[in-house]
Amino acid sequence: MEEEIRPLPKFDYFSPHSLHDLSTLLKQLKGGISFLAGGTDLLVNMKKRITIPKVIIDINRIQELSFIEKRSNNIHVGSVTRLNNLIESSIVQENVPLLTEAIRFLASHPIRNRATIGGNLCTASPAADAAPPLLALNASVKLKSPDDEKIVPLSEFFVGPRQTVRKHNEILTEIIIPCEKGSNAFMKLGRRRGFTLSVVSVAAFGIIKGDKFEDIRIALGGVAPTPIRAYKIEEMLKGVEVSDRSIEKAAEIAKSISKPSKRAKRASVEYREAMARVLTKRVLMKIAFEERG
Amino acid sequence: MKIKFQLNGQPVEAEAPIDETLLDFLRNRLRITSVKKGCDLGECGTCTVLLNGKPVRSCLLLAVQIDGEDVTTIEGLSKDDNLNPIQEAFVKEYGFQCGFCTPGMILTTKALLDKNPDPSIEDIKIAFEGNLCRCTGYDQIIESVLRAAKLIKR
Ligand SMILES: Cc1cc2nc3c(=O)[nH]c(=O)nc-3n(C[C@H](O)[C@H](O)[C@H](O)COP(=O)(O)OP(=O)(O)OC[C@H]3O[C@@H](n4cnc5c(N)ncnc54)[C@H](O)[C@@H]3O)c2cc1C
Ligand code: FES
Ligand code: FES
Repeated sequence: MEEEIRPLPKFDYFSPHSLHDLSTLLKQLKGGISFLAGGTDLLVNMKKRITIPKVIIDINRIQELSFIEKRSNNIHVGSVTRLNNLIESSIVQENVPLLTEAIRFLASHPIRNRATIGGNLCTASPAADAAPPLLALNASVKLKSPDDEKIVPLSEFFVGPRQTVRKHNEILTEIIIPCEKGSNAFMKLGRRRGFTLSVVSVAAFGIIKGDKFEDIRIALGGVAPTPIRAYKIEEMLKGVEVSDRSIEKAAEIAKSISKPSKRAKRASVEYREAMARVLTKRVLMKIAFEERG
Repeated sequence: MKIKFQLNGQPVEAEAPIDETLLDFLRNRLRITSVKKGCDLGECGTCTVLLNGKPVRSCLLLAVQIDGEDVTTIEGLSKDDNLNPIQEAFVKEYGFQCGFCTPGMILTTKALLDKNPDPSIEDIKIAFEGNLCRCTGYDQIIESVLRAAKLIKR
């Protein structure tokens, strides 16, 4: 059933210009806060009354949250960086092409002009397109409250559909992505090729030495209450010969670890499980092919 | 909240309710009804405006967010009674039928051609991913964009 779309509910609005002003503001507010980044999830959810914030804190004017930098061997991305700026960034293309690949077809061009990377992660949709590549790349996120700051591995960030470990007075300030040399593959299956939410997506990063998988990291979206890392596949493939058999076995594991919600829209449990298998196979084939030429 | 912004090159000062989208604000308060409400969810592109030159969805912005910014609607394209070359191209190539999607299509064309004066068909398809048209079947729209690129270069 389609949700009814209504005008926005009432809320208070603040638009701090710096992280310092934000901290001062957060100390005064009690709860019911939603941060507004690109608004491409938040405003939709408010119109559908899925989210009814008391207070909106617009973080678009905090310049400090919008940057892409390489520091030693990590890429640091400010949470309010727009997806189109990430796609166009040569730093990202050269160092973490898996991310570019995954968000290139997220939503549509005009949505990506506003939608941010931080928003994609904080929404915590099981199908968020930036999550599988960032999980496979061992990314972490920095969370800042008025009097504390901590770094959390992305693998510990998601706890359920639309749920993360982030507390109400914490803002995600940046994403930290280690740079590594290897092969990348991302595949997204939606209802059509472009402009659609993923039904299932798979991202993998891998290194092959000789005939063997030396290191594979693989993550799936749309097959569980949160985006997940497939550690079972990674362990099984480590040091194992690259072959149709080993890839087929990995794909079977992808299917067996998939636990999609029965209530999820857009596709049945059986279909998601079957597609987890197919996409995992294709992603691993691509890596095997690329690494061996 | 009082906001000040540039609309089609003119400074505007207005009172914007906090809980109003830019789309409703433009239509209901400023009477700019060329900005259409198709879906109100970011999916159709009929509410497209250019924010600092880039196409965005006015249904997914709050009016108060444009304080200090530069907004273009299709009214900002033609000068006096003269059509902009993009508008001319859409007329010549039958780039519209009912016209509901057209302001969004033309603004998207402007943003594309400002950045990329010589787009390929693939570039056009990517730029128009989020703009739906129920009438033309899109071919005439692509032809219109290609002709507009030629007209502008002349
Ligand atoms: C038509 C359409 C198509 C879409 N297609 C896709 C798709 O193909 N794939 C996909 O993954 N998504 C898709 N989306 C969803 C959405 O565009 C993305 O998830 C986007 O990246 C969200 O970013 P945002 O900046 O707009 O988030 P917002 O809507 O601003 O915020 C989302 C949530 O995160 C919170 N938040 C935002 N930033 C922070 C922060 N820095 N710290 C703490 N909390 C924060 C907000 O409070 C809110 O709860 C689509 C949306 C639309 C409307
Ligand atoms: S009305 Fe905004 S995209 Fe449809
Ligand atoms: S001309 Fe009718 S919707 Fe495009």
